[in-house]
Amino acid sequence: MSAYRDEDEDPRLHGIKTKIRVVPHFPKSGIMFQDITTLLLDPKAFKDTIDLFVERYKGKNINVVAGIEARGFIFGPPIALAIGAKFVPLRKPKKLPGKVISQEYILEYGRDCLEMHVGAVEAGERALVVDDLIATGGTLCAAMDLLERVGAEVVECACVIELPELKGRERLNGKPLYVLVEYLEV
Amino acid sequence: MASNDAQDPRLPRISSAIRVIPDFPKPGIMFQDITTLLLDTKAFKDTIDLFVERYRDQNISVVAGVEARGFIFGPPIALAIGAKFVPMRKPNKLPGEVISEEYSLEYGTDKMEMHVGAVQAGDRALVIDDLIATGGTLCAAIKLLERVGAQVVECACVIELPELKGREKLTGKPLFVLVKGA
Repeated sequence: MSAYRDEDEDPRLHGIKTKIRVVPHFPKSGIMFQDITTLLLDPKAFKDTIDLFVERYKGKNINVVAGIEARGFIFGPPIALAIGAKFVPLRKPKKLPGKVISQEYILEYGRDCLEMHVGAVEAGERALVVDDLIATGGTLCAAMDLLERVGAEVVECACVIELPELKGRERLNGKPLYVLVEYLEV
Repeated sequence: MASNDAQDPRLPRISSAIRVIPDFPKPGIMFQDITTLLLDTKAFKDTIDLFVERYRDQNISVVAGVEARGFIFGPPIALAIGAKFVPMRKPNKLPGEVISEEYSLEYGTDKMEMHVGAVQAGDRALVIDDLIATGGTLCAAIKLLERVGAQVVECACVIELPELKGREKLTGKPLFVLVKGA
């Protein structure tokens, strides 16, 4: 059994929650994968998702929306366009051409690396980090490190889904996290 | 970088916002980098608007975006025209049941996947990517959509590399692009 718990009474959240599909044992046994592709098949629910973020961040002088490859590329750009911010893709190694800075981070087994273009973000810019989901927080943490290394201010991290049992929120060095839905295994 | 013939006044700024990186990912390739376009808020908005203006009254029910840069342009278009967004992904990324289409690379092959049930027979679809080169990737996307009975109305890219003749590989489907790369 699974349950979604939300801390916000916005009426749009119910529609969003029901559109997220849980796929058991993907990519491996024991993992209940949160599949947002079914949300993207419902134009109203997808629009509501974007609107909830836009309403929160419009008028807050956000200069940069940084989206984490690849599902952060789906949610980040519509938010960026609506609030008048630049969109900056944060990518796996060797995908971005030209000069990049890299941040390594720890996985359950092994390491991975996130890259950002040199010059995409400037010191003093106010940034959001967007991804579809926060689990352990490792990837978001690497994203924040990249932005802070170039002198940007990370205002908030924003995700559609949080897995609170994995305590990713605590890994964000005190940066606030905003999510639309929490997934709890009952 | 040459702009296309449509003379829309928004095109020169879009064209000049695209950065060309020589010898990436390997010697001899002039890589068309759209990330600089995404840093210009007006040019990025204009890019999306140009596609939305073209498609909003065409009863498009599906926008299929090719991983990963198609994920940047596809969703804003889908949201604006009220269509579903369907990600077309590299192997083993999509959970659950998928259908696959293999396609040729310069050396070897790759595979593209789409979720079973995402697209229905009779859906009218657009395929979106940042760029068309040889057309192999777009062709694979067209095939996946047609295999489930959708109608591919058009392929839409920001950039075309005409010398690579990708347009001819689209099994007769029309192609719309904003700028042509030399």
